[in-house]
Amino acid sequence: AVKGTLCFQVSAALREGQITPTELCQRCLSLIRSTKFLNAYITVTEETALKQAEESEERFRRGQPLGVLDGIPVAVKDNFNTAGIETTCASNMLRGYISPYNATVVQKLLDQGAVLVGKTNLDEFAMGSGSTDGVFGPVRNPWSYSRQYKEKSAPKSHSEDRESKWVITGGSSGGSAAAVSSFTCFAALGSDTGGSTRNPAAHCGVVGLKPTYGLISRHGLIPLVNSMDVPGILTRCVDDAAVVLGLLAGHDPKDSTTIQDKFKPFELPNLPDVSKLSIGIPKEYHAPGLSGEILALWSKAADLFKKAGAKVIEVSLPHTRYSIVCYHVLCTAEVASNMARFDGLEYGHRSDTNKSTESMYAATRREGFNAVVRGRILSGNYFLLKQNYERYFVKAQQVRRLIAHDFSKVFGNGVDVLLTPTTLTDAAPYTEFIKEDNRTRSAQDDILTQAANMAGLPAINVPAALSERGLPVGLQFIGRSFQEKQLLTVAKWFEKQVEFPRIQLEEVKRHDHGVLQHQKSASFS
Amino acid sequence: LVPWVPVVGLEVHAQISSNSKLFSGSQVHFSAPPNSLVSFFDASLPGTLPVLNRRCVEAAVMTGLALNCRVNKKSLFDRKHYFYADLPAGYQITQQRVPIAVNGSLSYSVCIDNKMSQIVTKTVRIKQIQLEQDSGKSLHDDTRSQTLVDLNRAGVGLMEVVMEPDMCCGEEAAAAVRELQLILQTLGSSQAVMAEGQLRVDANVSVHYPGEPYGVRTEVKNINSLRFLAKAVDYEIQRQIEELENGGTILNETRAFDSKLGCTIPMRDKEGKQDYRFMPEPNLPPLILYDAKSLPANMNHQQVVNIDSIRERLPDLPSVKRAKLVEQYGILPEHSFTLLNEDGLTEFFENVVNQTQMKPKKVIGWILNDLLSYLKQHSLTVKESPVSSFLLADLLSLLEKKQISSTAAKQVLAELWKGEGKTPLDIAKEKKLELIQDQKELEEICQAVIDGRENEVIMVVRE
Repeated sequence: AVKGTLCFQVSAALREGQITPTELCQRCLSLIRSTKFLNAYITVTEETALKQAEESEERFRRGQPLGVLDGIPVAVKDNFNTAGIETTCASNMLRGYISPYNATVVQKLLDQGAVLVGKTNLDEFAMGSGSTDGVFGPVRNPWSYSRQYKEKSAPKSHSEDRESKWVITGGSSGGSAAAVSSFTCFAALGSDTGGSTRNPAAHCGVVGLKPTYGLISRHGLIPLVNSMDVPGILTRCVDDAAVVLGLLAGHDPKDSTTIQDKFKPFELPNLPDVSKLSIGIPKEYHAPGLSGEILALWSKAADLFKKAGAKVIEVSLPHTRYSIVCYHVLCTAEVASNMARFDGLEYGHRSDTNKSTESMYAATRREGFNAVVRGRILSGNYFLLKQNYERYFVKAQQVRRLIAHDFSKVFGNGVDVLLTPTTLTDAAPYTEFIKEDNRTRSAQDDILTQAANMAGLPAINVPAALSERGLPVGLQFIGRSFQEKQLLTVAKWFEKQVEFPRIQLEEVKRHDHGVLQHQKSASFS
Repeated sequence: LVPWVPVVGLEVHAQISSNSKLFSGSQVHFSAPPNSLVSFFDASLPGTLPVLNRRCVEAAVMTGLALNCRVNKKSLFDRKHYFYADLPAGYQITQQRVPIAVNGSLSYSVCIDNKMSQIVTKTVRIKQIQLEQDSGKSLHDDTRSQTLVDLNRAGVGLMEVVMEPDMCCGEEAAAAVRELQLILQTLGSSQAVMAEGQLRVDANVSVHYPGEPYGVRTEVKNINSLRFLAKAVDYEIQRQIEELENGGTILNETRAFDSKLGCTIPMRDKEGKQDYRFMPEPNLPPLILYDAKSLPANMNHQQVVNIDSIRERLPDLPSVKRAKLVEQYGILPEHSFTLLNEDGLTEFFENVVNQTQMKPKKVIGWILNDLLSYLKQHSLTVKESPVSSFLLADLLSLLEKKQISSTAAKQVLAELWKGEGKTPLDIAKEKKLELIQDQKELEEICQAVIDGRENEVIMVVRE
């Protein structure tokens, strides 16, 4: 039995009849309504969610739940295809686009009886590190409204408080992170191309898992960079991430980049033991701009492992500093290619211009894409020009191999898991964040997360502590290819050590009778 | 007269004969209702991914082996980008860096001076064979200023066979393509029917002065019959020669063949000098093929393509078939060409030979001169022939047994064409064409002729 998982506890409550799937669903939907100001959701699927909850309830009545996720509300980032439900990628290009099929990972969740409460907000086409650049507006970090944050911020007039000081979620899976963080769902799918699951997880104080490339199917995930994208998992604890991973991983014949090997779902030990492990601390991750308190937290974490008997050593990943510029070339090149299909002909937005096909293409794409997307398309096409291809694209691929090799060398020398910060600072206030453009921010914020995407390695953010401003700070573990079990075992151990505090949100208190928040005891009234 | 040297190379696109498309499961049919064979992937719906069709790979390997190519054990897929209404993704998946087969050759035959009796064998080098997606079809409706797009064909598997510029004229180009067509049809890797768009040819044509480097070449596209191919190439060669002799220059351009006017015309600038921004296709890992030596012991045979087992299963190629016919039946080489050139004719011939005692050497004359000319006159295929092999064999047996004369046989054949269900013997009897073998009967006839013509007889006897 999988003890200690949030999902498990709720699942037990459902089985014991302490709460019904319908009640659970309604509470989450109600909480979504009262936290609307977070703007975490683009589409709330009330009707279908209630229907799924009813079906789940029927199964529980017969004593035949499908599994741990049966009846559990989940949310999905709006760049995953969901049949019959609008899938927008937070872009005008796909506003009103109703997918005709489910992404494989969505289908797997539904097959397990999960209840889909909605599609979450993101940066347009997952391009960004703030979840601020989608056409439906920015996502607000729930911690902006937490007692912890309010207590730490300088007292201002009450009306100003809420509006001007709210902080970003990070991105691009900010909506999913906010949804999990604010208890409107128990697990959410994000995507991770350069850190888009781990970054918002760190800022929102939740667990964010980036699996190994090729472990989970990308069929139905609208791509940003095909060679780096993975579906990401956001949950409130590491055990839950392991449960969801177990249900999603495995070969998909519809995705030729998934590995053929059969995946064995695993349970994490109750009392993980890290004493026999070797933890690597990559010195290059002491990056410029890393805040003093995160640096201290990182050091404290390393000490925790040392005290537990693990071997903690400094290692070097010398090509880390080239990863941003390398990522920029490869990402924009793939973006330029992937976005070529948006021409207004088959689906999505089509401009009214009808002078010629070419002018229709141009107007459609200008109207449908925001400046960030258009900028990346232009850059990407530039790098792919015949005269530039060798110098940029091929060179970047070669540098990518060097970056990947840095990791395999370190892991080959006996290191089991790497420990690094996830972000340079805690979440910035929105008004501060938007002072720099998307490209600058992405380049700054991705530095600690994106090498793992280059190398296709699994990585996870675990919430570690609150910053001086009362906002979450997380730390990142990077593991060996396909060694998610070891990675999550280490993450779980660390989670147990730090006992990250629960967010204290007014809205949640009002709606909750203990079910939505983690309770140590198993009784719910 | 300046002895200009024309140089002709070809890019042949052959639609792979398979149930489903190259990267998706939608069906492949000719003439289906518009947009009825389009999967989510074919329509480029966001989030869809390509999955390689094994049958298409086998077809390309078969073709590569038949054309004496080296089959690459590792080949790669790339994206070729351009915007066009019939290309939903904005790129075509093709093999630009490392195609599936390279460095082969194709032997074909041409007649010297149109005399069937003088056949020369020529060879054209095959640069490569690559797997790639076909595009959809766009129909321009100028009256309503709109373009109608049918994606049924989008994503169908193609083998592009690139022939080096080793040919010199329209006749060679057509002969090379004809032989390729026969090979593909024999292999079954493509039905290669040009009229149905299953085989399309682009010709690269240039001329140069002997001893000088190759001239600027033009590309002639949209050629959908062998006859037009020969005409287009020859016209283009002439056009270029005239242009150069008048002091003009040749533009590196794309031209279309206007079959009504019989000439090539510059195409509307469809793509201009396009930079296709080639990029590796990230959703398809490298294609790995195995042979008996490299096949790992524990690998599931269903999961891999084994070049050697494909080679073992190759059928006799046309050149081998022709040689066998010549050897087995004692017919001339040029006869074997005609037999293979006509769909079903070889089978018909062999059926006749098996059902009559007339020697094949004699049968062939009746097949190629009489039967075939009748078929051509009435625009019929061998399958549609009103005279079956059984009937023809029957007729030839009558002839062989000297029951009728050769002239009579031709008259009987003419009657048989009417397809009225009568046997050759019936017709011979009806028309009193039977040869009379009886001596006494013959004497009586002769006597009857002589009697009553005493004067003529006396004149003949005197001389």
